[in-house]
Amino acid sequence: MPAVHDRGGWPTDDSIDREEHEWADWERQTQSFRTVLDSKGFMNVDELRRGIESIDPAEYETSTYFERWSASIETMLVEKGVLTIKEIDDRAKALRDRWGYPS
Amino acid sequence: MSEDKDRGGFFDTGWRPSGDVHRDEDGRPHDHPGVREDVGLGVRASRALAMHELLVEKGVIGEGEVDEVIEAVSKRVPSNGATLVAKAWSDPEFRTKLLEHPKETVIESGFVPEHNADIIVLENTPEVQHMVVCTLCSCYPTQLLGPPPDWYKSFSYRSRAVTEPRAVMSEFGLELDEKTEVRVVDSNSELRFLVIPRRPDGTDGWSEEQLATLVNRNSMIGVSAATEPGTD
Repeated sequence: MPAVHDRGGWPTDDSIDREEHEWADWERQTQSFRTVLDSKGFMNVDELRRGIESIDPAEYETSTYFERWSASIETMLVEKGVLTIKEIDDRAKALRDRWGYPS
Repeated sequence: MSEDKDRGGFFDTGWRPSGDVHRDEDGRPHDHPGVREDVGLGVRASRALAMHELLVEKGVIGEGEVDEVIEAVSKRVPSNGATLVAKAWSDPEFRTKLLEHPKETVIESGFVPEHNADIIVLENTPEVQHMVVCTLCSCYPTQLLGPPPDWYKSFSYRSRAVTEPRAVMSEFGLELDEKTEVRVVDSNSELRFLVIPRRPDGTDGWSEEQLATLVNRNSMIGVSAATEPGTD
């Protein structure tokens, strides 16, 4: 089997859903956050891809496009020592508490 | 995009992690983060927001920097590509230049590529139909077409574009003559593709501005034809 991201020619009968979802603000923000990180030398587009392609296959299959970007950005920032997983855990929990989402 | 157009930066209290605005029974927007009830704010979403907030606090990135990029990204729209196609239809010299020196010509026209990626321009004819995919992810000439549509990033398009491009085009409403050869091209981060669709009949004497209205986004990906005059 090819790697999970290598979709060309995978057998599927699924029709192509042509409906566009309205982008959430966090998706726009994440897309542009990656560009800013690139401009400062923290992660280029190849690293974005490497991060996406190293996502656990089960998560890759079920996550949305910018969820995969989030996972990749995290991999790169942690790998480069810019942020720690604990910092991200703690702040994500604080944000969810602030907005009233279950952690 | 959300309806609260007067929202400021990420740190304003009015900022919402989702583009959807919640409304109370009287239709007024109310102020808890407007996340879709059926999705909520996902773990990966909150982690992305957390990373951004942390890096701003640490002074690694400026508070307004991401918003500035969002503004710049919003200027990448399919009409950029449509102006080039309409000019190529109208001006044989420009057409040749666009096909032979695509990157230089695109930049000269004011559209700077992301990541300095190269670009190839392919012309559809009665003999050959080009169709663009990115099987690995979502590479796309965003400076000319805006962000790729959801279907372009979907697993089904990425899979099927390779094995059954005619069936895919048919789903998009394009029934190709069986004599037309189909060439599927696979994008990557260093190389993007723009398709010049066939110019519709009945457009002799049209101005570039008029022609550009016929150049729909999907025709520049090669899954559809240009819009026929009078059909919108």
